[in-house]
Amino acid sequence: MTDAVLLAGNPNVGKTTLFNRWSGAKARVGNYPGVTVDRRSAQVELAGARELVDLPGTYSLTARSPEEEIAVTAVLEDPSAIIVVVDATTLRRGLYLALQVLETDRPTVVALNMMDEAKRDGIEVDVDALSRALGVPVVPVVASNGEGLKELKESVASVIGDPRDPLTLDYGDATSAISALQGDDNSVARATWLLLSVGDDELELEASVRARVTAVQRDGLDEEIIGARYALVDALVDDHVTERTNAGPSRSDRIDSFLVHPVTGTLAFVFTMYLVFEALFSWSDPLIGLVEALVGWAQGVAGEALGEGMLSDLIVDGVIAGVGNVIVFVPQIALLFLFIGFLEDSGYLARVAFLIDRVMKKVGLHGRAFVPLLSGFACAIPAVMATRTIENRRDRLVTMLALPLMSCSARLPVYVLVIAVIFAHEPRVFGFMSAGAAALLGMYLLSVVGTLVAAAVLRRVALPGPAPALVLELPPYRWPVPRNLLASTWTRVRSFLVDAGTIILALTIVLWALLYFPRGHEATDAILSERAAITAQQSEGEADVEALAAIDDRVAASRLQHSYAGELGRAIEPVIKPLGFDWRVGIGILASFAAREVFVSTMGIVFGISEADEESQPLRASLSEATWPDGRKLFTPASGIALMVFFVFAAQCMSTIAVIKRESGSWKWPLVMFAYMTLLAYVASFIAYRLGTWFA
Amino acid sequence: MTLADLEIGGEATVQSVSGPRRVTCRLMEMGLLKGVRVKVVRVAPLGDPIEIRLRGYALSLRREDARGVELEA
Repeated sequence: MTDAVLLAGNPNVGKTTLFNRWSGAKARVGNYPGVTVDRRSAQVELAGARELVDLPGTYSLTARSPEEEIAVTAVLEDPSAIIVVVDATTLRRGLYLALQVLETDRPTVVALNMMDEAKRDGIEVDVDALSRALGVPVVPVVASNGEGLKELKESVASVIGDPRDPLTLDYGDATSAISALQGDDNSVARATWLLLSVGDDELELEASVRARVTAVQRDGLDEEIIGARYALVDALVDDHVTERTNAGPSRSDRIDSFLVHPVTGTLAFVFTMYLVFEALFSWSDPLIGLVEALVGWAQGVAGEALGEGMLSDLIVDGVIAGVGNVIVFVPQIALLFLFIGFLEDSGYLARVAFLIDRVMKKVGLHGRAFVPLLSGFACAIPAVMATRTIENRRDRLVTMLALPLMSCSARLPVYVLVIAVIFAHEPRVFGFMSAGAAALLGMYLLSVVGTLVAAAVLRRVALPGPAPALVLELPPYRWPVPRNLLASTWTRVRSFLVDAGTIILALTIVLWALLYFPRGHEATDAILSERAAITAQQSEGEADVEALAAIDDRVAASRLQHSYAGELGRAIEPVIKPLGFDWRVGIGILASFAAREVFVSTMGIVFGISEADEESQPLRASLSEATWPDGRKLFTPASGIALMVFFVFAAQCMSTIAVIKRESGSWKWPLVMFAYMTLLAYVASFIAYRLGTWFA
Repeated sequence: MTLADLEIGGEATVQSVSGPRRVTCRLMEMGLLKGVRVKVVRVAPLGDPIEIRLRGYALSLRREDARGVELEA
C-alpha cells in the first residue's frame, strides 16, 4: 500500500481548488516520470497517510495514452485512500467515474462539491441515502470557501486502513469477457480499463496481456460496459436526487447566448484575444524594462567591484547576463498564465476552442492550440509553455514545434533595422504604403502561413496518427478562485526558472565564451598599443575622450572578429554567401542565438559602433555603405529581404530550444525543430535572394 | 436521422452511436448512449462544432462525429 491519498475527479469540478485549500503553501509540483504532466502533491499527516496527490482531471479510468494512464495507474496502485470529487451540478458524469473507483477495494470517500450552486439550480441530493447506496461516505463540500473540508478530512481518516467490499455491477453479457481478464487481484477496474482501452492505443503493455484482451474483445462490448455503469448512475440519481424540471435556461446558457453568439461572441472573442496579446506585448513592457534595468545595474556594480579582467567579464557578461536572459521572460510568462488560468477556470477557454476549432482543424490542430499560437506573436517561450492546456501529446508537440515560426517581438528590431537600411529612400507602393511597411507586413504574413503549413506537415510527417476527436465539455461559467490563479502561475514561473532557466544560463555562458575567446590577436594588440600611446599623451594633460571611445569601439570590433564566433562567422561565409550574406552578417546570425534582437547590437560591435540599437543612425549608415571586397553593396533589397526571411524561419533562439526541451521531456524535439527551421530558413532565404536579384 | 441533422433547439433520443472506436468510446463515456435525450443548443459561428445538452451538462462535438450518432425517429 502506498501512503498517498488521491484526489480524483472530472475536469472543472474544483478538484485543484480543494487540493489548494487542503495543502495550503505545502504544495509541490513535479513531473510524472516519462510524461510531461504536472504531479501536484503535498505532505499531509492523516491516519498514517503522508501525501495528498491531485490526479489529472479525468472523465473515466479508460486510458489510451500515457497521460491518461496516470489516473488509472495511481488508482490501481493501492493508495491509502481515494477521494472522488464530484460536481453536484453534473452529478451523473461524476458518478460514472466514482463507480469505477468503487469497483476497487480501496478506501474511498466521495466529496460532493458545488453544493451551493446545485441548491441554486434546484438540485436536491439526499446525501445520506446516496452514501448508503454507494457504501462509502459522501461529504458535501464547497471547495472555493473551504466549507466541509474538516468533515472530509475526518471521513478520509476514518476509512484509511479499513478495506471495503468492491461495488459489484451487473454487466450482463459483458460479464464473461470481464471475468476472463480478472487477474490474481480479481480487479474488475483493471479488466474494464483494458477492455475499453486496448486497440489503437499508445499503452506499453506486455504482448501476452494485449493478446488476452483482444481475444475477448468484440463489437458492442464497449457499449455494454459503459451502458451498465450509466444504468446504475441513472438509478442512483433517480432514487436520491431531485432535479427541478423545466428550470429554464441556466446562468451559463444566458452567458453563452452572448459569448458564443455569431456577432457578439465573435466580438468578445476578438476582444479577449486582443487583451491577451496586449498583455504580452505592452503590459509586460515596463516589467521587462525593469528587469533589464536591474540586470544592467547589477552588471555595473559587479563590474565596478571586480575591476577589469576575464573573471569580471565572465561574471558580468556571462553569468549576470545569463540570469538576466532567464528572468526577462518572467513577466510575459506570469501574465500569460494569469490570463490562461482565468480563461480556463472561468470556463471561457473551452468556448475559445469551440469557436475556433473549425479553423484549427484544417491544419490538423485542436481548438486549444489557438491561444498558444497567438501568444507566439509576442514570444515563443510563454507560448510553448501554454501548450500544456492541450491534453493530447501529439497535438501538443505539433503546436509547440510549429509556433516558434510565429513572428515574435524579438524579430521586430531586426526587421526595423534591415528595412531602414534597404528602403531608406524608396517611394511608396500601392499609393499609400511605404515599401518598408509592405515588407514588414509581408514578413508577418509569411510567418503565419509558415506556421500553419509547418503544423499541417508536422502533423502528417513527424507525428502521424488520427487527430483526436473534439469531445469537449463546456463547463458552467464560474468565477475563478484568485488563490488558484496565483498558485498555477507561480508553478509555471518556478518550473521555467528551475528547468529551462538553467539551460538558458548555461547556453549564455557558452555563447559568451565563443564571442570572448581567444583573447590575444595581433590586430587587436596593434589597436591596443595605439590606445596606450594616446593614454600616454593624455597623462600629459591632453584628454581626448572621443578618440579613446573610437579606439575602444575598434578594439571591441577586432576582438569580436577574431573570437571563435568571429572565426566561425568567416568559416560559414561560403555557406551563407548564396543568401547574400557575408561573414559579418554570419557573426550577427551566430550571436543572435542568444536572442534574435542581439543581431542588432552585434552588428553594431562588428561595425565599430558601440551601444547601437535598431534606431541608431550611424549603424544604419554603416550598414548601407558596407560592401563586399569587390565593391558591390552588401545590403541590397534582395539580400536585406533574404535576411529578414531568414529571421522569420530560423530557430535563432536558445531559450526556445531550452523551453521545448523542458516541455517535451527530451532533446529529440528541440533538435527536430532546430533542424527543420534552419533548413526552411536557408531554402526560403535562398529563394528570396534569387528572386530579388532577378527582379532587380 | 443523425445528431448532425438536428436543428438548433431540436430534441431527440439517441438510437445508436457508431464511428471510430476512439470517438464512440469517448462519446459513450461522456454519457451519449442509446436512450439518452439530447438537445442541440447552438452551433459555433463558423458552422462547426455543435453544442449539445445531455444529462444536465453541455458538450461540444464536431459534425463529422455527430453523424455517427443515430437518433430515434
